[in-house]
Amino acid sequence: MDEPGGSYTFAHGARKVAPFSIAVFGFGVSFGVLAEPTMGRVAPIVMSSVTFAGSAQFAAASILQDGGTLGAAVIAAVLLNARYGPIGVSVAPSITGPWWSRLLKAQLVVDETWALSADGRGGHDAKIIVGAGLVLYAAWVTGTVAGVLFGDLVGDPARWGLDAAFPALFLALLIPNLDRPHAKPAAIVGAAIALALTPIAPAGVPIVAAGLACLIGWRR
Amino acid sequence: MTIAWWTVAIVGAATVAIKGAGPVLLGGRPLPERLARVIGLLAPALLAALVAITTFGDERALVLDERALGVGAAAVAIWLKAPPLVVVIVAAAVTAGARALL
Repeated sequence: MDEPGGSYTFAHGARKVAPFSIAVFGFGVSFGVLAEPTMGRVAPIVMSSVTFAGSAQFAAASILQDGGTLGAAVIAAVLLNARYGPIGVSVAPSITGPWWSRLLKAQLVVDETWALSADGRGGHDAKIIVGAGLVLYAAWVTGTVAGVLFGDLVGDPARWGLDAAFPALFLALLIPNLDRPHAKPAAIVGAAIALALTPIAPAGVPIVAAGLACLIGWRR
Repeated sequence: MTIAWWTVAIVGAATVAIKGAGPVLLGGRPLPERLARVIGLLAPALLAALVAITTFGDERALVLDERALGVGAAAVAIWLKAPPLVVVIVAAAVTAGARALL
């Protein structure tokens, strides 16, 4: 969606995402450390390069580590990525160009780039998605490489409190999205659905179900 | 192919398809007005859900641990209009500090 006076650039997106890239690098290290014993050195790096969806990769790798089946690993990853279906619809109007270019740009959409690119009126800026996405992608892949190769030296990133960086950043992204009509009730209902389903549903389902809170916008 | 490589291949292909579906099929065209209004509320709904789950979720359980202190401190930093980098550092430092002390 074109910004009025659209002044956003790829560099703008890259700058906005910098604080996230630190947390994503740390998360990539954790993934490399977790995946290396069962998946070897190359497969985790290839996975981060082609998949670029942290929580789904984590789920698949931990299922394999626990001796789970291929089917269980794939289903968990697909459930965790299911939110990217509706998220993809929400960014679709702003992603232009030939189909292969739209397919490539779509791969750079993750929670962080999607939220950073929001214009607060329901639209998204494609330049921010691409600029921020490339920085985050580099952080994710290099983090995975570091975790696979030097995991023993780095240790557990949770010790550095990096696991709290994600909720903190998602909170920082949430606040500017609360100004629109119905946004506050949608946020409260979404969080309530997610918390209520966490103890009873497989990982990923609570987040997708929370997305249903956006139906609050159906009535005028 | 080992099970690890099959996982890499299938999860990779599925993710590319899920992420690509919307932009490839609908790309560049505005959404119908009512759908746009509903989809516009995805951001607050999903981001609030992510905040809740990454703060209190632990596998299939809800827990209250040091992360909540870190996120609480981050909320104060956000309220004081701190830049995102400061927000991250505050959240991580408070969480790591609480883990070391408690």
